[in-house]
Amino acid sequence: MLRIRCPWCGERDETEFRYRGDASQSRPAADAGLEAFSAYVYERKNPRGWHLEWWLHVGGCRRLLKLVRHTLTHEIRWVGNAEDQASLPREPGR
Amino acid sequence: MTAVPNPEPVPARADGESSGRYSGWRLLTEGLAGQRGWRRAWAKATPRPRYRVVIVGGGGHGLATAYYLASEYGIRDVAVLEKGPIGLGNVGRNTTIIRSNYFLPDNIRFYDYSLQLWEGLERRLNFNAMVSQRGTLNLFHTEAQRDLFTRRANLMRLLGVGAVRLSREAVKGMVPLVDLDNGRYPVLGGFLQPRGGTVRHDAVAWGYARAASQAGVDIIEHCEVTGMRRDARRVTGVDTTRGLIEADTICLAVAGHSSQLAAMAGLTLPIETHVLQAFVSEAIKPVLDVVVTYGAGHFYISQSDKGGLVFGGAIDGYNTYAQRGTLPVAEEVAMEAVTLMPGLARVKVLRQWGGVMDMSMDGSPIISKTPIDGLILNGGWCYGGFKAIPAGGMCTAHLIARDAAHPLAAHLDLGRFAAGRTLDERGAGPFPYAH
Repeated sequence: MLRIRCPWCGERDETEFRYRGDASQSRPAADAGLEAFSAYVYERKNPRGWHLEWWLHVGGCRRLLKLVRHTLTHEIRWVGNAEDQASLPREPGR
Repeated sequence: MTAVPNPEPVPARADGESSGRYSGWRLLTEGLAGQRGWRRAWAKATPRPRYRVVIVGGGGHGLATAYYLASEYGIRDVAVLEKGPIGLGNVGRNTTIIRSNYFLPDNIRFYDYSLQLWEGLERRLNFNAMVSQRGTLNLFHTEAQRDLFTRRANLMRLLGVGAVRLSREAVKGMVPLVDLDNGRYPVLGGFLQPRGGTVRHDAVAWGYARAASQAGVDIIEHCEVTGMRRDARRVTGVDTTRGLIEADTICLAVAGHSSQLAAMAGLTLPIETHVLQAFVSEAIKPVLDVVVTYGAGHFYISQSDKGGLVFGGAIDGYNTYAQRGTLPVAEEVAMEAVTLMPGLARVKVLRQWGGVMDMSMDGSPIISKTPIDGLILNGGWCYGGFKAIPAGGMCTAHLIARDAAHPLAAHLDLGRFAAGRTLDERGAGPFPYAH
């Protein structure tokens, strides 16, 4: 069970949240072309380590949160608002 | 449907390590001779510096690809590199179900080809994989679901794949455990694919490994790939914990870690890694002689020959490489089990485990060349890789040997995403956690 510290609601069970995927993808410019859009829609870095991701607090404040979570240990290093800038820790984190 | 080609006779390994031919007669004579004549089922090879084909991953698809390369396409200069011992990845972590009840015609054809290969597999490999075509039964609980399943069954029947609709009474007769009159999700009926069933999963790894080894393939355990060598255009070899191994063709069959291996060659794939849990109960008397899936949730169950109930549900739902699961999904699976079959409430769960898998962006697998010459990808199996092992192996071997896609797997190419030809069985869009 993940426990996610929502900035608005406090620490809650993962069952209150809905996962919304990789938050490091940024939408290309409208004229960026097929390759850039294809990469944006389909390609994922899928790291074995720190991952920037979206979680929707659907059973709470219904805000979209941004998390830094480790995909092997499941440690959550940082939780912020959707518009917050986050950087991934350098160390592998085990 | 495509005919299953006849197996070619495969010469035994020259180094005297062959395990020979298994038969009832051999069992009898070995029994009388004190069981002293058995040899290792496959040879533990030491890596040579160069191969024509290197397959990364000694799971079901890797071993099957190696076997079919050697036996069907005559390429025997093949090494299978496995990080740990073979058979401990997803080929040994699944719920052992085989079936071909898909929705998209290209997928039905591909998975039914796999089912046909399963049907002749044990004779071909000379290995008892306990292929049991006990049927897979999909229950439906609403009229809309009935219509959708009817459509799927009709698509299957148009392609010559049998599917039978069962009434409530027939479901009850077949699976007395099912609670038809559940207040919230009453069972309205079911669809049966009579040729579906289960296979002993470990035996699949052992059987392919033994047959591949006998055909001359080097199976190299405890050999982890740590890097990929390439020039501007093509791959040239892999760095491993046992040294550099060069190859003309490198095939990745490491579902769960495809992204990691592809990244070593500078590729980004349309894949996320997720964990799927599986469960086995204590052994009980025979109560279930068909594979049952629950239509009101995501739950599937069968009974193994040892008596344990083997069951599972949906993926945990967020990127992870941890080969374990978390409790919310375990709880949900248990709820589904008891809702569908209330009699299971007092059965104890004996074991639970997780396997990490490639969840592709459209929920369908990838057997494809890549933008890098000589690098072949077999991956993206989501949680359906086990049933596809024979066809996946055959089609990957075909792609390697003939340098062109197998006609039944041409739709599984990597280029389909950019081209807008995604194979979205569920219509869920490009969200791996939704497939």
